[in-house]
This record gives sequence, structure tokens and C-alpha cells, in this order.
Amino acid sequence: MSGNVISLDGLSVSSKDTLTKAMEADGCSSSACGSSDAPEDMDPATWEKVKDHPCYSEEAHHYFARMHVAVAPACNIQCNYCNRKYDCANESRPGVVSERLTPENAARKVIAVANEIPQLSVLGIAGPGDSAYDWRKTRETFRLVHQQLPDIKLCLSTNGLALPEHVDDLMDMNIDHVTLTINMIDPEVGTKIYPWIFYEHKRRTGLEASRILHERQMQSLDMLHERGILVKVNSVMIPGINDEHLLEVNKEVKKRGAFLHNIMPLISAPEHGTVFGLEGQRGPTAAELKKLQDACAGGANLMKHCRQCRADAVGLLGEDRGQEFTMDLVPDEVTYDPAKRETYKEWVAKEREDRRAAAAVAKAETDAAVAEEAAPMLIAVATKGGGRINQHFGHATEFQIFEVDAKGVNFVTHRRCDNYCVGGYGEEDKLELVIKTLEGIDTILCAKIGDCPREDLAAAGIEAIQDYAYEYIETAVSAVYRARRGLPAVEAETA
Amino acid sequence: MALQIIQSNCTVCGACEFECPNAAILFESDTYIIAPELCTECKGHYDRPQCAEVCPVPETCVPA
Repeated sequence: MSGNVISLDGLSVSSKDTLTKAMEADGCSSSACGSSDAPEDMDPATWEKVKDHPCYSEEAHHYFARMHVAVAPACNIQCNYCNRKYDCANESRPGVVSERLTPENAARKVIAVANEIPQLSVLGIAGPGDSAYDWRKTRETFRLVHQQLPDIKLCLSTNGLALPEHVDDLMDMNIDHVTLTINMIDPEVGTKIYPWIFYEHKRRTGLEASRILHERQMQSLDMLHERGILVKVNSVMIPGINDEHLLEVNKEVKKRGAFLHNIMPLISAPEHGTVFGLEGQRGPTAAELKKLQDACAGGANLMKHCRQCRADAVGLLGEDRGQEFTMDLVPDEVTYDPAKRETYKEWVAKEREDRRAAAAVAKAETDAAVAEEAAPMLIAVATKGGGRINQHFGHATEFQIFEVDAKGVNFVTHRRCDNYCVGGYGEEDKLELVIKTLEGIDTILCAKIGDCPREDLAAAGIEAIQDYAYEYIETAVSAVYRARRGLPAVEAETA
Repeated sequence: MALQIIQSNCTVCGACEFECPNAAILFESDTYIIAPELCTECKGHYDRPQCAEVCPVPETCVPA
């Protein structure tokens, strides 16, 4: 098994030395997506639905993996950020896929992955194409997978235009997660995003297209919400087109019962061959995205751990092992072996309890050692999952950013330093990219870092700390915060 | 009277097969083709040929 996912052997965290040695011998990657809410923030029925879903629960994203299968390539709308001719194995972004599958092949692949990656908890159908429009293939894939792996959560992502007809099927298949991509609630805005839709046997353009799409999207959201299916709304933030408008979208989808709102930056470049790419439409900067997310506070809960993964991604969020499971590598006959996944689930249940307890202790210690009004701090963490600082700096393709203050530690976002394309960067370029990616952050926690990069980072004003290798993120981040912002020791003890 | 699919443009998404009222679109050798003897250009069914209406790539489902 590749080191990208925590191997079962490595689950029991023994001494730091053993783990550090293991890491030197092993390769690795990263983790992390959904609501940052913990169980105490939601009703038990909802928590039961989201607790193992990496996209719906920020906590779950440290432990559980998803996979997407591209079985539904037909689409009923055209978006200006999509070009159906595009495919690149090095690209990591939605709608990009290197291999299309029949439902039978997809089911075989899911079993092969479940046998190898015990963290697998979710199967999603997310394009290219629209899972609800190409419904026969989506339904057949779900049926075949459910027969053999009844405990895998099934979910789909759709533009909503064709969804209302299939909501009863969703109920029959016990699907409790649906993602709707809603980029506008004002059809005038929609005309700049959607050149046409195909609806009731006719291609429709202009305002008519966006009006119909909008009405069907709202109908879909209402129908799903009425039936208790959790809805995540995905919105693509397109500067100058719907950026300010997404505030209104956020309010509206909250009003209509969306569980989570995921505002994603437009990814746009001329070489993608999309209308936006060719017109030079830019994506938002990290600061613009953060500003919009902050402005949405009080509206629908925002998902901040989305990795905008490929439509054939496999693994924990933030990593993609899809290339290890292309169909030519999947055996003709695969038999599901539940043992590994069961062992993993038991381990996760205990590990999550331990982590929560450790986070509570760290919070209490910080509360006692730091003045209430002490300024918050942002800290970058290199992790490959499991909620621990367990990744080598040199293997990190992204960093998870945590904000800490006297009230506790909160996940803020991830910052990718692979620039959406996993190939084509030399080591030196990479370090420069990391430094740029970490703008505004002066501390990185990682399991290990070489002397050279550490010195280069220090020269750029960033301190890389490896003293907290394999500790829980909350524990380590709190300790660093106390060291930087803590009151003098005497006061702290009496506080 | 039939349409054809320009193979170099086709993304093999299958939307046309899905929409064809005559089941005239077949998947053969990893690509879609229109059986001319079955294609009616949707006359009698719809105002415009459904394959051309739904196809995501311009100038791909065109008169043969």
C-alpha cells in the first residue's frame, strides 16, 4: 500500500522515534473537506449522516476517503468554465477525468479501491457530465455498488436541472447527500455563465435558459430538503460576474435549508479551452475568496476544506490516488474483503474520541495561559490525515491552516502549493511556491524538514517546527500559541 | 435525410444517444455513429434534431 494513506500498520501511534524512522523509509502525501461542526453542534440524526463523509464534515475529512467514478458523461447544460474536450492526467480540478467507465467497470473499481483503502466511506458521481441527467448510468452504478458494499455512502453532484424527476429514486436508494451547483439566483447573472441549456427537447439560450435553470435548481433544493436529504451547494466564484451576488445566493440557499455552502474559486486558463479561459476571465485571489467567505458569516455554513478534486479522484481529500486505480490496473474479478475497513472504522471511532479529549485539554491549557484578548495566530500544518502532524515538509502539496486564539483552535482553510497541476515544478520552484502560498503565515508545523529548506524558509521569515511530529494538530498548535502569546509563567500558573 | 457525427469533434458523452427518438445512434468501436437508415432528423418528433440540440461541441452533429 502506498504511503499516501495512513497504512493500517501505522494506525497505532507508538513512540515518536519509531514513527519518525517509519516516515524516513516511507513516502507520503496529505489529507483534508464540509462543516466544521462537531457532534454537539447538530442533531444526532444529522451527525450520523455526516460523521463519516469527508466532504460534509471537516472532522471526517481527516479520517475518511472518497472516490469519484466518471460514469455519467452526458450533460444538459453548457457552462462557460467547462470544455468537454479537455483531459489531462496532471490536472487536479473538477470536471477533469482521464477515463470513463461503464457502471459495471465502475462497480469493480469501487471494490478494488475498498480492498486497498480502508478509509473509503463515500462514492460520488460528479461528472464530467451531469449525474441526474445521465440518470440511468448513475442509478445502475449505485445499484451495483450497493449490492456488494452496502455500507458505502452514495452521493451525487448535479446542476439540478434534471433532478426533480429522480428524487423518489434517491429516497429508494437511501441517498442522503446531494450536491447542487448553484452559481446564481438571478437569471440575469446566469446569462453570463450559461450560454445554453437543453430542456424538454429544446436547446434554450439567454435569459430563458437561466430562468428555467434557476427555477429547477430551487425546486430541487426544496424537494431534497423536504425529504431530509442533506444538500451541499457548490458555487463557483467568478470575479466581476457573480462574486458579490454569491452573498445573496448564500442567504437564499440557507433559507431553503441547504446544509452547507461551498464557494470555490474559478479555475481558469486559456489552455483549458473554456469560454472563460479564452476570454481571459480570471479566478479570484485567496484574499478575495476569504473576504467573500467572511462576508457570508451568519448565512449557510461554509465548507472550507474543499479540494476541488478531479471527477475520478480517489483517496483522502487533498490527495489523489486515482492513477493507481485506472481500469487497466483493476483485476477482472474482484471480491470484497470487509476486514480492513471494519478494523479501520473501529480504530477511527476511538482515535476521534482521543483527539477530541486532547483538543479539550489543549483548549483549557491555552485558556489558562493566555490573556483573553491575545491576538489570534494563523499556523500552517503539514498532515496526511488522521488529525495529526504527520507529513514531511518536502512531501506536502498543501498545508492546512488553523487559527488559534484563547478560545481554541479552528480549521480555516487549506492552501495548495501544487498550483492545481501536479507536474512540471522543480524543487527550487516548489519552495518559492510554498513561500508564496504561505503569505501572511510565519509558522509551519511538520513531522520533519531538511536543514536546507528550513533555512530557506527562515530567510523568508517562516519558522518550520518539527518538534510536534505525530501529535494531534490541536495539541501542537495550542502549544505553539502558548509559547508565542502566553502570559509570563508565574501569572499563567495562577490564572 | 440523415445526420452524421464528426468523429474528431465528438467527446463520446453519449447525450445524443440518450435523446435520439429513433435509437439511430450506436456506440461502435469507442465512438458514436448515426445509422443513416434509422435517422429521420427528428422530423415528426421534434422541431430540431435532438442530437445537434444537445451536443456540447458545435458543428459535430451535422447533415450527412
